[in-house]
Amino acid sequence: MTYETIFAGFGGQGILFAGKVIAYAGMIEGKNVSHLPSYGPEMRGGTANCSVIVSDVDVASPIITEPSALVVMNGPSLDKFEKAVVPSGKIFIDSSLISRKCEREDVDVYAIPATKMANDMGIPKLANMIMVGKLVKETGMFTWEQLKGAVTKLVPAAKAAMLESNIKALEAGYNF
Amino acid sequence: MEKVFQRPHALSDVSFHYCPGCPHGIVHRLVAEVIDELGIEGDTIGVAPVGCSVFAYNYFECDMQEAAHGRAPAVATGIKRARPDKVVFTYQGDGDLAAIGTAETVHIAARGENVTTIFINNAIYGMTGGQMAPTTLAGQVTQTSPYGRDIKTQGNPIRVCEMLSTLDGPAYIERVTVDTVAHIKKAKAAIKKAFQTQMEGKGFTLIEVVSTCPTNWGMSPQESFEWMRENMLKHYPLGVYKDITQEEEA
Amino acid sequence: MGNKILMKGNEALAEAAIRAGCRHFFGYPITPQTEVSAYMAKKMPKIGGTFLQAESEVSAINMVYGAGGAGVRVMTSSSSPGISLKQEGISYIAGADVPCVIVNIVRGGPGLGGIQPAQSDYFQATKGGGHGDYHLVVLAPSSIQEMVDLTSDAFDIGDKYRCPVMIMGDGMLGQMMEPVEFKDTDAESLPEKEWATSGTGMKRKKNIINSLFIEASELEDLVLERQKRYDAIIANEVRYEAIDTEEADIVLVAYGTTARIAKTAMAKAKEKGYKVGIIRPITLWPFPFEAFEKALSKNTNKTFLAVEMSMGQMVEDVRLAVNGRADVQFFGRTGGVVPTPNEILAKIEEIGGAK
Repeated sequence: MTYETIFAGFGGQGILFAGKVIAYAGMIEGKNVSHLPSYGPEMRGGTANCSVIVSDVDVASPIITEPSALVVMNGPSLDKFEKAVVPSGKIFIDSSLISRKCEREDVDVYAIPATKMANDMGIPKLANMIMVGKLVKETGMFTWEQLKGAVTKLVPAAKAAMLESNIKALEAGYNF
Repeated sequence: MEKVFQRPHALSDVSFHYCPGCPHGIVHRLVAEVIDELGIEGDTIGVAPVGCSVFAYNYFECDMQEAAHGRAPAVATGIKRARPDKVVFTYQGDGDLAAIGTAETVHIAARGENVTTIFINNAIYGMTGGQMAPTTLAGQVTQTSPYGRDIKTQGNPIRVCEMLSTLDGPAYIERVTVDTVAHIKKAKAAIKKAFQTQMEGKGFTLIEVVSTCPTNWGMSPQESFEWMRENMLKHYPLGVYKDITQEEEA
Repeated sequence: MGNKILMKGNEALAEAAIRAGCRHFFGYPITPQTEVSAYMAKKMPKIGGTFLQAESEVSAINMVYGAGGAGVRVMTSSSSPGISLKQEGISYIAGADVPCVIVNIVRGGPGLGGIQPAQSDYFQATKGGGHGDYHLVVLAPSSIQEMVDLTSDAFDIGDKYRCPVMIMGDGMLGQMMEPVEFKDTDAESLPEKEWATSGTGMKRKKNIINSLFIEASELEDLVLERQKRYDAIIANEVRYEAIDTEEADIVLVAYGTTARIAKTAMAKAKEKGYKVGIIRPITLWPFPFEAFEKALSKNTNKTFLAVEMSMGQMVEDVRLAVNGRADVQFFGRTGGVVPTPNEILAKIEEIGGAK
């Protein structure tokens, strides 16, 4: 099985970190993984995206041209990547920041008001983790325990409060 | 019979390739005497430049590296960082230090790298046969300023000691010359102080030796020293330009 | 998961250098390799090493020359325009037989070019770059793990043959994250370098690190002696990966990031019934000519397709290796554009005809 996910949004939304959680979880589970970020001037306040592959076989090209899943947290990213998603793939939209509907009818679309949810929960920077929770739940990429385990290892032990917030956000997305 | 004058141990037992009357030989000897007196030959690494003193690596008995043109300060920085307990010096001419290697010179000084630079300023490119140097005086005739250096089109001569003394990194900067016995003794004292300051870890040290080039100036050695005194020392006054060891004592 | 860590290529490379005993790094910021410097800046002071941000690429490489000459393991890293600036120093380093590691995380060119991944520095890396009769050993990893392993090898090769070694990656390898495992190294017990300028201690004759030899015959002798070391490198250090090349009708030739994309295209082509293999040079110099001999050993009725992120700079070496015995073609994107598996597949289909 190979999961090819593109995460995209504004710089500062934690797009690269969201991808890192997935890659990390894959690595812990003994999968082959790659995490390829966009880089350069486009990262300075503009859009950010990363391509994350989790696979049972060797990852050949780290570039994803036909993602099996797309997580988007702003309008321009939906415009840019919507058409690339494979038929019967999954698109995850932060509906509190993207007003338009997804035009594709051959994919599963999940609208999550992640940014609003995060604000309401008092963890405004963790909308990305809400999206990750939902992604993992719907794709079945990992179990909840595996996901929780990954983020526990990724967040420094010294930052217990931060870990707690991250798990809270993942859980909110996972159960949405 | 007691020997009262002999070759310093740190000076190799080979013939210099320098032209008759060239002060390089004097300055080489002074550096070697200082290395002997400080007992640091086994702990010293020198860096030779590109220019007339390119073969300096053949003339000192300590370990030596030969640098690309202008890069001696960078090479010396690499050596010093790799071997911080060693004494590292560069020996450079005016083209090497103040033209093609200006950036390296300014930045080794700004970093306060614990390195000593011996800078020979004779206002001309010697090895290539007498072209204009960054320190060539206004009006001075060279192969590439055949009508005299025109500062409107060929720029102004650079005063290295003055320029570097505005920086915070250097510990000790002095301009000397070697035209008389008194000046030679003063030059040696300055070179020694520069090495000692480095050994105390106080920062970058540079001794500029205002020098001559009888061959390319087209003068006898005696005439060239006279020309130097009359012209070069007016533009490049002798003296101490920076000395934090003094400031500390005061 | 063993001892695997998820790391960005540039950072993994820096960590691998430290583990290989590199305690001296001189660099200058340039995208897309700046993380190497940043990692070194963070780590070196904590382990008693040197990180120095030089005033220029020119100075950085000359600091490498100084430190390498003084006998320590030393590295610099940059990206294409910065590597051009370093060429003078690299030539001197080669001419003075100073071991060091130079990393080029290649971006599009010429000139200031772009910052996206490219392989258009192949000529510069493998055919000279600086002046004079010399070679760089050029290692081209295609994964972060291989980058880590080759970094360690690079220092060993440099010390063994007294030569500069280049690790050539590209922006994608530098920026992407993959799991890596660091092997234990015996970097603490590196042998002393008797030729280094570490101070005579009044116990030996002086050492001179130098590339100037005015006597033509003396210089020739030294160049010939160095060539013998190059011959030994050619005999001992060639590395490549070859998959299904003997049976293939079409043999892809690709290195680094491009090889990974080519492998995806190869898998897709095989599904469609094409007989495709791949040669992935790991050493770009010395070029793995023997891989082509093996590929041609059963029959020569095949096409070699060089796939590159350049205008075909490796094609000359592929042609030399094939030596007229088989068809050689090229597909590439350049300027920072990364070829897609489908583009390569289309070229395979064009060569192989309809199935």
